[in-house]
Amino acid sequence: MKELLLVLIAAALVNNVVLSRFLGLCPFLGVSKKISTAAGMGGAVIFVITVASALCSVIYDLVLVPLDLKYMNTIVFIILIAALVQLIEMFLKKFSPGLYNALGVYLPLITTNCAVLGVAIDNVQKGNGFVTSVVYGVGTAVGFLIAIVIMAGVRERIENNNITKSFQGSPIVLITAGLMSIAFMGFAGLL
Amino acid sequence: MSKALERIYNGVIKENPTFVLMLGMCPTLAVTTSAINGVGMGLTTTAVLIMSNMLISMLRKVIPDKVRMPAFIVVVASFVTIVQLLLQAYIPVLNDSLGIYIPLIVVNCIILGRAESYASKYPVFPSIFDGVGMGLGFTVGLTLIGLFRELLGAGTAFGFSVMPDSYEPFSIFVLAPGAFFVLSMLTALQNKLKLKSATNTPQAEKLACGGNCSSCSGSACHSNHELLESVKEETAKKEAAAKKAAAEKALAAKKETQAKEAANQTEKE
Repeated sequence: MKELLLVLIAAALVNNVVLSRFLGLCPFLGVSKKISTAAGMGGAVIFVITVASALCSVIYDLVLVPLDLKYMNTIVFIILIAALVQLIEMFLKKFSPGLYNALGVYLPLITTNCAVLGVAIDNVQKGNGFVTSVVYGVGTAVGFLIAIVIMAGVRERIENNNITKSFQGSPIVLITAGLMSIAFMGFAGLL
Repeated sequence: MSKALERIYNGVIKENPTFVLMLGMCPTLAVTTSAINGVGMGLTTTAVLIMSNMLISMLRKVIPDKVRMPAFIVVVASFVTIVQLLLQAYIPVLNDSLGIYIPLIVVNCIILGRAESYASKYPVFPSIFDGVGMGLGFTVGLTLIGLFRELLGAGTAFGFSVMPDSYEPFSIFVLAPGAFFVLSMLTALQNKLKLKSATNTPQAEKLACGGNCSSCSGSACHSNHELLESVKEETAKKEAAAKKAAAEKALAAKKETQAKEAANQTEKE
Protein backbone atom coordinates (compact mmCIF):
# COMPACT_ATOMS: atom_id res chain seq x y z
CA MET A 1 0.00 0.00 0.00
CA LYS A 2 2.77 2.37 0.99
CA GLU A 3 4.63 1.59 -2.23
CA LEU A 4 1.56 2.38 -4.34
CA LEU A 5 1.16 5.71 -2.55
CA LEU A 6 4.79 6.49 -3.29
CA VAL A 7 4.27 5.62 -6.98
CA LEU A 8 1.24 7.92 -7.06
CA ILE A 9 3.01 10.88 -5.47
CA ALA A 10 6.15 10.37 -7.56
CA ALA A 11 4.15 10.30 -10.79
CA ALA A 12 1.88 13.25 -9.92
CA LEU A 13 4.30 15.69 -8.33
CA VAL A 14 7.96 14.73 -8.33
CA ASN A 15 8.25 13.54 -11.92
CA ASN A 16 5.43 15.69 -13.21
CA VAL A 17 4.55 14.52 -16.68
CA VAL A 18 4.51 17.96 -18.28
CA LEU A 19 6.92 20.00 -16.24
CA SER A 20 9.76 17.57 -15.80
CA ARG A 21 9.25 14.98 -18.54
CA PHE A 22 7.82 17.19 -21.30
CA LEU A 23 5.06 14.77 -22.33
CA GLY A 24 1.73 16.20 -23.42
CA LEU A 25 3.14 19.64 -24.06
CA CYS A 26 0.86 20.42 -27.02
CA PRO A 27 -2.41 20.36 -25.04
CA PHE A 28 -0.62 21.94 -22.07
CA LEU A 29 0.26 24.98 -24.17
CA GLY A 30 -2.73 24.83 -26.53
CA VAL A 31 -5.75 24.26 -24.28
CA SER A 32 -4.73 26.26 -21.22
CA LYS A 33 -6.33 29.63 -21.96
CA LYS A 34 -9.30 29.19 -19.63
CA ILE A 35 -9.56 27.27 -16.35
CA SER A 36 -12.80 25.59 -17.39
CA THR A 37 -11.44 24.18 -20.65
CA ALA A 38 -8.20 23.22 -18.94
CA ALA A 39 -10.10 21.30 -16.28
CA GLY A 40 -12.17 19.59 -18.98
CA MET A 41 -9.04 18.52 -20.81
CA GLY A 42 -7.49 17.32 -17.56
CA GLY A 43 -10.60 15.28 -16.75
CA ALA A 44 -10.58 13.67 -20.17
CA VAL A 45 -6.89 12.85 -19.85
CA ILE A 46 -7.38 11.22 -16.43
CA PHE A 47 -10.15 9.09 -17.90
CA VAL A 48 -8.24 7.99 -21.00
CA ILE A 49 -4.86 7.41 -19.33
CA THR A 50 -6.41 5.29 -16.56
CA VAL A 51 -8.27 3.04 -19.00
CA ALA A 52 -5.38 2.95 -21.48
CA SER A 53 -2.73 2.02 -18.92
CA ALA A 54 -4.94 -0.77 -17.55
CA LEU A 55 -5.70 -2.11 -21.03
CA CYS A 56 -2.13 -1.90 -22.31
CA SER A 57 -0.83 -3.65 -19.20
CA VAL A 58 -3.34 -6.50 -19.63
CA ILE A 59 -2.65 -6.91 -23.34
CA TYR A 60 1.09 -6.86 -22.78
CA ASP A 61 1.02 -9.47 -20.01
CA LEU A 62 -1.58 -11.77 -21.52
CA VAL A 63 -0.94 -11.50 -25.26
CA LEU A 64 2.46 -10.06 -26.16
CA VAL A 65 4.57 -11.84 -23.52
CA PRO A 66 3.16 -15.38 -24.09
CA LEU A 67 3.47 -14.97 -27.87
CA ASP A 68 7.01 -13.61 -27.51
CA LEU A 69 6.07 -10.43 -29.36
CA LYS A 70 7.36 -7.94 -26.78
CA TYR A 71 9.16 -5.92 -29.44
CA MET A 72 5.79 -5.10 -31.05
CA ASN A 73 4.72 -3.05 -28.01
CA THR A 74 4.92 0.40 -29.64
CA ILE A 75 2.76 -0.59 -32.61
CA VAL A 76 0.21 -2.49 -30.52
CA PHE A 77 -0.08 0.27 -27.92
CA ILE A 78 -0.63 3.10 -30.38
CA ILE A 79 -3.34 1.13 -32.18
CA LEU A 80 -4.95 0.22 -28.85
CA ILE A 81 -4.95 3.83 -27.71
CA ALA A 82 -6.38 5.17 -30.97
CA ALA A 83 -9.12 2.52 -30.95
CA LEU A 84 -9.79 3.07 -27.26
CA VAL A 85 -10.30 6.79 -27.66
CA GLN A 86 -12.79 6.16 -30.48
CA LEU A 87 -14.62 3.56 -28.40
CA ILE A 88 -14.78 5.77 -25.32
CA GLU A 89 -16.19 8.56 -27.44
CA MET A 90 -18.93 6.36 -28.91
CA PHE A 91 -19.69 4.79 -25.53
CA LEU A 92 -20.02 8.13 -23.75
CA LYS A 93 -22.17 9.54 -26.54
CA LYS A 94 -24.62 6.68 -26.15
CA PHE A 95 -24.67 6.06 -22.41
CA SER A 96 -23.56 9.22 -20.69
CA PRO A 97 -24.43 12.30 -22.74
CA GLY A 98 -23.66 14.58 -19.78
CA LEU A 99 -20.09 13.38 -19.52
CA TYR A 100 -19.83 13.35 -23.32
CA ASN A 101 -20.81 16.99 -23.50
CA ALA A 102 -18.26 17.84 -20.84
CA LEU A 103 -15.33 15.89 -22.33
CA GLY A 104 -16.44 15.35 -25.91
CA VAL A 105 -14.39 17.92 -27.78
CA TYR A 106 -11.20 16.99 -25.93
CA LEU A 107 -11.36 13.25 -26.58
CA PRO A 108 -10.16 13.17 -30.22
CA LEU A 109 -7.27 15.46 -29.31
CA ILE A 110 -6.01 12.94 -26.79
CA THR A 111 -4.91 10.31 -29.33
CA THR A 112 -2.02 12.56 -30.20
CA ASN A 113 -1.19 13.28 -26.57
CA CYS A 114 2.17 11.62 -26.09
CA ALA A 115 1.57 11.26 -22.35
CA VAL A 116 -0.85 8.37 -22.97
CA LEU A 117 1.61 6.35 -25.04
CA GLY A 118 4.41 7.46 -22.74
CA VAL A 119 2.72 6.00 -19.66
CA ALA A 120 1.99 2.70 -21.41
CA ILE A 121 5.60 2.31 -22.58
CA ASP A 122 6.97 3.45 -19.22
CA ASN A 123 4.96 0.76 -17.45
CA VAL A 124 6.41 -1.89 -19.73
CA GLN A 125 9.98 -0.65 -19.44
CA LYS A 126 9.76 -0.48 -15.66
CA GLY A 127 8.13 -3.93 -15.52
CA ASN A 128 5.14 -2.65 -13.53
CA GLY A 129 2.37 -5.12 -12.67
CA PHE A 130 -1.31 -4.44 -13.37
CA VAL A 131 -2.13 -2.56 -10.16
CA THR A 132 1.07 -0.52 -10.21
CA SER A 133 0.46 0.33 -13.87
CA VAL A 134 -3.01 1.68 -13.15
CA VAL A 135 -1.82 3.66 -10.13
CA TYR A 136 1.09 5.06 -12.14
CA GLY A 137 -1.35 6.04 -14.90
CA VAL A 138 -3.70 7.79 -12.47
CA GLY A 139 -0.79 9.60 -10.83
CA THR A 140 0.56 10.82 -14.14
CA ALA A 141 -2.85 12.03 -15.27
CA VAL A 142 -3.47 13.83 -11.98
CA GLY A 143 -0.09 15.51 -12.43
CA PHE A 144 -1.20 16.66 -15.87
CA LEU A 145 -4.48 18.01 -14.46
CA ILE A 146 -2.68 19.93 -11.70
CA ALA A 147 -0.17 21.43 -14.13
CA ILE A 148 -2.69 22.46 -16.79
CA VAL A 149 -5.16 23.98 -14.32
CA ILE A 150 -2.47 26.01 -12.55
CA MET A 151 -1.19 27.11 -15.95
CA ALA A 152 -4.69 28.21 -17.03
CA GLY A 153 -5.13 30.14 -13.79
CA VAL A 154 -1.86 31.97 -14.31
CA ARG A 155 -2.70 32.67 -17.95
CA GLU A 156 -6.07 34.17 -17.04
CA ARG A 157 -4.19 36.55 -14.74
CA ILE A 158 -1.50 37.38 -17.29
CA GLU A 159 -4.09 38.14 -19.97
CA ASN A 160 -4.69 41.76 -19.01
CA ASN A 161 -1.20 42.58 -17.85
CA ASN A 162 1.16 44.86 -19.63
CA ILE A 163 3.80 42.54 -21.07
CA THR A 164 6.78 43.62 -23.16
CA LYS A 165 5.75 43.35 -26.78
CA SER A 166 8.25 40.67 -27.78
CA PHE A 167 7.17 38.45 -24.90
CA GLN A 168 3.44 38.53 -25.62
CA GLY A 169 1.91 35.21 -26.60
CA SER A 170 3.92 32.04 -26.33
CA PRO A 171 7.17 33.40 -24.84
CA ILE A 172 5.53 34.51 -21.59
CA VAL A 173 3.62 31.21 -21.42
CA LEU A 174 6.87 29.28 -21.76
CA ILE A 175 8.51 31.41 -19.05
CA THR A 176 5.54 30.65 -16.80
CA ALA A 177 5.99 26.97 -17.53
CA GLY A 178 9.68 27.24 -16.67
CA LEU A 179 8.93 28.91 -13.33
CA MET A 180 6.30 26.27 -12.55
CA SER A 181 8.86 23.64 -13.42
CA ILE A 182 11.29 25.15 -10.91
CA ALA A 183 8.54 25.14 -8.29
CA PHE A 184 7.80 21.48 -8.99
CA MET A 185 11.48 20.63 -8.58
CA GLY A 186 10.92 21.42 -4.93
CA PHE A 187 8.75 18.32 -4.63
CA ALA A 188 11.87 16.20 -5.13
CA GLY A 189 12.38 16.40 -1.38
CA LEU A 190 9.07 14.60 -0.77
CA LEU A 191 10.45 11.15 -1.49
CA MET B 1 18.02 17.21 -59.07
CA SER B 2 17.00 20.80 -58.46
CA LYS B 3 13.73 19.46 -57.07
CA ALA B 4 15.65 17.47 -54.45
CA LEU B 5 17.75 20.48 -53.50
CA GLU B 6 14.61 22.60 -53.29
CA ARG B 7 13.04 20.09 -50.83
CA ILE B 8 16.19 20.08 -48.68
CA TYR B 9 16.37 23.90 -48.67
CA ASN B 10 12.69 23.99 -47.77
CA GLY B 11 13.16 21.62 -44.83
CA VAL B 12 16.33 23.10 -43.39
CA ILE B 13 15.73 26.82 -43.91
CA LYS B 14 12.33 27.85 -45.22
CA GLU B 15 10.07 25.58 -43.18
CA ASN B 16 12.46 24.48 -40.49
CA PRO B 17 10.35 22.25 -38.21
CA THR B 18 11.89 23.53 -34.97
CA PHE B 19 12.32 27.24 -35.61
CA VAL B 20 9.57 28.03 -38.14
CA LEU B 21 6.83 25.41 -37.85
CA MET B 22 7.35 24.80 -34.11
CA LEU B 23 6.53 21.11 -34.39
CA GLY B 24 7.65 18.20 -32.27
CA MET B 25 8.13 20.28 -29.15
CA CYS B 26 8.14 17.34 -26.72
CA PRO B 27 11.41 15.80 -27.94
CA THR B 28 12.82 19.27 -28.64
CA LEU B 29 12.54 20.22 -24.99
CA ALA B 30 13.18 16.83 -23.47
CA VAL B 31 16.35 15.54 -25.10
CA THR B 32 18.29 18.73 -25.76
CA THR B 33 20.26 18.59 -22.53
CA SER B 34 23.41 18.22 -24.65
CA ALA B 35 24.39 18.74 -28.27
CA ILE B 36 25.17 15.04 -28.75
CA ASN B 37 21.68 14.06 -27.60
CA GLY B 38 20.25 16.63 -30.01
CA VAL B 39 22.19 15.14 -32.92
CA GLY B 40 21.18 11.60 -31.94
CA MET B 41 17.49 12.39 -31.61
CA GLY B 42 17.54 14.43 -34.82
CA LEU B 43 19.17 11.69 -36.88
CA THR B 44 16.91 8.99 -35.42
CA THR B 45 13.87 11.04 -36.37
CA THR B 46 15.38 11.70 -39.81
CA ALA B 47 15.78 7.98 -40.44
CA VAL B 48 12.17 7.29 -39.49
CA LEU B 49 10.94 10.27 -41.50
CA ILE B 50 12.75 9.28 -44.71
CA MET B 51 11.52 5.69 -44.57
CA SER B 52 7.95 6.54 -43.61
CA ASN B 53 7.74 9.24 -46.30
CA MET B 54 9.02 6.75 -48.87
CA LEU B 55 6.61 3.97 -47.97
CA ILE B 56 3.59 6.24 -47.56
CA SER B 57 4.32 7.85 -50.92
CA MET B 58 4.54 4.40 -52.53
CA LEU B 59 1.25 3.38 -50.95
CA ARG B 60 -0.54 6.67 -51.51
CA LYS B 61 -2.82 5.26 -54.22
CA VAL B 62 -3.50 2.03 -52.31
CA ILE B 63 -4.51 3.46 -48.92
CA PRO B 64 -8.21 4.40 -48.86
CA ASP B 65 -8.78 8.00 -47.88
CA LYS B 66 -10.98 7.21 -44.88
CA VAL B 67 -8.47 5.05 -43.02
CA ARG B 68 -5.35 6.95 -44.01
CA MET B 69 -4.53 8.24 -40.52
CA PRO B 70 -4.51 4.80 -38.84
CA ALA B 71 -2.58 3.44 -41.83
CA PHE B 72 0.05 6.19 -41.51
CA ILE B 73 0.34 5.57 -37.77
CA VAL B 74 0.95 1.85 -38.31
CA VAL B 75 3.62 2.56 -40.94
CA VAL B 76 5.38 5.06 -38.70
CA ALA B 77 5.15 2.79 -35.64
CA SER B 78 6.70 -0.08 -37.61
CA PHE B 79 9.68 2.02 -38.68
CA VAL B 80 10.11 3.40 -35.17
CA THR B 81 10.27 -0.16 -33.85
CA ILE B 82 12.87 -1.10 -36.47
CA VAL B 83 15.00 1.94 -35.66
CA GLN B 84 14.68 1.28 -31.94
CA LEU B 85 15.87 -2.31 -32.34
CA LEU B 86 18.80 -1.15 -34.48
CA LEU B 87 19.78 1.44 -31.88
CA GLN B 88 19.57 -1.13 -29.08
CA ALA B 89 21.86 -3.42 -31.05
CA TYR B 90 24.45 -1.01 -32.42
CA ILE B 91 24.38 2.26 -30.41
CA PRO B 92 23.17 1.21 -26.92
CA VAL B 93 24.60 4.40 -25.35
CA LEU B 94 22.32 6.60 -27.44
CA ASN B 95 19.39 4.29 -26.79
CA ASP B 96 19.92 4.65 -23.03
CA SER B 97 20.26 8.43 -23.09
CA LEU B 98 17.17 8.99 -25.26
CA GLY B 99 15.15 6.32 -23.45
CA ILE B 100 11.39 6.63 -23.73
CA TYR B 101 11.59 9.39 -26.33
CA ILE B 102 12.54 6.93 -29.08
CA PRO B 103 9.23 5.00 -29.06
CA LEU B 104 7.50 8.37 -28.69
CA ILE B 105 8.74 9.37 -32.16
CA VAL B 106 5.51 7.67 -33.28
CA VAL B 107 3.44 10.57 -31.97
CA ASN B 108 5.87 13.26 -33.18
CA CYS B 109 3.73 15.69 -35.16
CA ILE B 110 6.47 16.27 -37.75
CA ILE B 111 6.30 12.74 -39.09
CA LEU B 112 2.51 12.46 -39.34
CA GLY B 113 2.38 16.05 -40.56
CA ARG B 114 4.74 15.36 -43.47
CA ALA B 115 2.95 12.11 -44.29
CA GLU B 116 -0.36 13.93 -44.44
CA SER B 117 0.74 17.13 -46.16
CA TYR B 118 3.47 15.90 -48.51
CA ALA B 119 4.13 12.17 -48.89
CA SER B 120 0.49 11.25 -49.45
CA LYS B 121 0.30 13.64 -52.41
CA TYR B 122 3.65 13.53 -54.22
CA PRO B 123 5.74 10.82 -55.93
CA VAL B 124 8.36 8.76 -54.15
CA PHE B 125 11.52 10.65 -55.13
CA PRO B 126 10.54 14.15 -53.92
CA SER B 127 8.95 12.60 -50.82
CA ILE B 128 12.24 10.97 -49.85
CA PHE B 129 14.04 14.29 -50.21
CA ASP B 130 11.28 16.03 -48.29
CA GLY B 131 12.04 13.57 -45.48
CA VAL B 132 15.78 14.28 -45.76
CA GLY B 133 15.20 18.04 -45.68
CA MET B 134 12.74 18.06 -42.79
CA GLY B 135 14.84 15.58 -40.84
CA LEU B 136 18.01 17.62 -41.31
CA GLY B 137 16.12 20.77 -40.34
CA PHE B 138 14.96 19.08 -37.15
CA THR B 139 18.49 17.82 -36.47
CA VAL B 140 19.95 21.30 -36.94
CA GLY B 141 17.30 22.77 -34.61
CA LEU B 142 17.85 20.20 -31.86
CA THR B 143 21.64 20.41 -32.15
CA LEU B 144 21.67 24.21 -31.86
CA ILE B 145 19.32 24.21 -28.86
CA GLY B 146 21.29 21.36 -27.28
CA LEU B 147 24.60 23.16 -27.88
CA PHE B 148 23.25 26.37 -26.34
CA ARG B 149 21.94 24.59 -23.24
CA GLU B 150 25.09 22.52 -22.84
CA LEU B 151 27.33 25.56 -23.21
CA LEU B 152 25.43 27.58 -20.60
CA GLY B 153 24.50 24.73 -18.30
CA ALA B 154 27.69 22.69 -18.22
CA GLY B 155 30.30 24.81 -20.00
CA THR B 156 30.99 22.12 -22.58
CA ALA B 157 30.28 21.61 -26.30
CA PHE B 158 29.78 18.08 -27.62
CA GLY B 159 31.30 16.86 -24.35
CA PHE B 160 34.52 18.91 -24.67
CA SER B 161 35.22 21.61 -22.15
CA VAL B 162 35.32 24.92 -24.01
CA MET B 163 34.63 27.57 -21.41
CA PRO B 164 37.50 29.04 -19.31
CA ASP B 165 38.04 27.42 -15.91
CA SER B 166 36.66 30.43 -14.09
CA TYR B 167 33.27 29.93 -15.79
CA GLU B 168 30.59 28.91 -13.33
CA PRO B 169 27.91 26.94 -15.27
CA PHE B 170 24.21 27.79 -14.77
CA SER B 171 23.15 24.24 -14.13
CA ILE B 172 19.46 25.26 -14.39
CA PHE B 173 19.88 25.22 -18.18
CA VAL B 174 20.50 21.49 -18.38
CA LEU B 175 17.59 20.82 -16.00
CA ALA B 176 13.93 20.78 -17.03
CA PRO B 177 13.12 24.50 -16.43
CA GLY B 178 16.05 25.55 -18.65
CA ALA B 179 14.38 23.94 -21.65
CA PHE B 180 11.33 26.18 -21.21
CA PHE B 181 13.47 29.28 -20.73
CA VAL B 182 15.56 28.62 -23.83
CA LEU B 183 12.50 28.03 -26.01
CA SER B 184 10.83 31.12 -24.56
CA MET B 185 13.87 33.26 -25.42
CA LEU B 186 13.88 31.80 -28.90
CA THR B 187 10.23 32.63 -29.56
CA ALA B 188 10.64 36.08 -28.01
CA LEU B 189 13.57 36.71 -30.35
CA GLN B 190 11.46 35.65 -33.29
CA ASN B 191 8.71 38.00 -32.18
CA LYS B 192 11.19 40.83 -31.76
CA LEU B 193 12.75 40.36 -35.19
CA LYS B 194 9.34 39.65 -36.73
CA LEU B 195 10.63 36.44 -38.25
CA LYS B 196 8.22 34.09 -39.92
CA SER B 197 7.22 31.46 -37.38
CA ALA B 198 4.18 29.53 -36.20
CA THR B 199 4.05 31.53 -32.98
CA ASN B 200 3.94 35.02 -34.45
CA THR B 201 1.62 34.77 -37.43
CA PRO B 202 -0.25 38.05 -37.81
CA GLN B 203 -3.70 38.27 -36.27
CA ALA B 204 -5.42 38.58 -39.66
CA GLU B 205 -4.45 35.04 -40.50
CA LYS B 206 -5.93 33.44 -37.42
CA LEU B 207 -6.06 29.79 -38.44
CA ALA B 208 -2.77 28.11 -37.65
CA CYS B 209 -2.75 26.46 -41.06
CA GLY B 210 -3.82 29.64 -42.82
CA GLY B 211 -7.05 27.97 -43.88
CA ASN B 212 -5.08 25.98 -46.43
CA CYS B 213 -5.27 22.25 -45.88
CA SER B 214 -2.12 21.52 -47.84
CA SER B 215 -0.10 23.59 -45.41
CA CYS B 216 -1.68 21.98 -42.34
CA SER B 217 1.02 20.42 -40.25
CA GLY B 218 -1.06 18.16 -38.05
CA SER B 219 -0.70 19.98 -34.76
CA ALA B 220 -2.62 23.08 -35.76
CA CYS B 221 -5.93 21.56 -34.75
CA HIS B 222 -5.96 22.53 -31.05
CA SER B 223 -5.82 26.23 -31.64
CA ASN B 224 -7.97 26.03 -34.74
CA HIS B 225 -10.66 24.17 -32.85
CA GLU B 226 -10.97 26.88 -30.20
CA LEU B 227 -11.03 29.57 -32.85
CA LEU B 228 -13.65 27.83 -34.96
CA GLU B 229 -15.84 27.32 -31.90
CA SER B 230 -15.71 31.02 -31.09
CA VAL B 231 -16.45 31.92 -34.70
CA LYS B 232 -19.39 29.52 -34.70
CA GLU B 233 -20.74 31.08 -31.51
CA GLU B 234 -20.42 34.53 -32.98
CA THR B 235 -22.21 33.66 -36.21
CA ALA B 236 -24.91 31.89 -34.23
CA LYS B 237 -25.38 35.02 -32.14
CA LYS B 238 -25.49 37.18 -35.25
CA GLU B 239 -28.01 34.89 -36.90
CA ALA B 240 -30.19 34.92 -33.82
CA ALA B 241 -30.03 38.70 -33.70
CA ALA B 242 -30.89 38.94 -37.40
CA LYS B 243 -33.81 36.55 -36.94
CA LYS B 244 -35.09 38.56 -34.02
CA ALA B 245 -34.84 41.79 -36.00
CA ALA B 246 -36.62 40.20 -38.96
CA ALA B 247 -39.37 38.89 -36.72
CA GLU B 248 -39.82 42.34 -35.17
CA LYS B 249 -39.92 43.92 -38.59
CA ALA B 250 -42.53 41.43 -39.78
CA LEU B 251 -44.56 42.05 -36.65
CA ALA B 252 -44.38 45.80 -37.15
CA ALA B 253 -45.38 45.44 -40.82
CA LYS B 254 -48.28 43.23 -39.84
CA LYS B 255 -49.44 45.74 -37.26
CA GLU B 256 -49.18 48.53 -39.84
CA THR B 257 -51.26 46.66 -42.38
CA GLN B 258 -53.77 45.80 -39.70
CA ALA B 259 -53.97 49.42 -38.66
CA LYS B 260 -54.39 50.47 -42.31
CA GLU B 261 -57.14 47.93 -42.84
CA ALA B 262 -58.88 49.08 -39.73
CA ALA B 263 -58.58 52.69 -40.92
CA ASN B 264 -59.99 51.72 -44.32
CA GLN B 265 -62.87 49.97 -42.68
CA THR B 266 -63.69 52.92 -40.50
CA GLU B 267 -63.47 55.20 -43.56
CA LYS B 268 -65.90 52.96 -45.46
CA GLU B 269 -68.28 52.92 -42.59
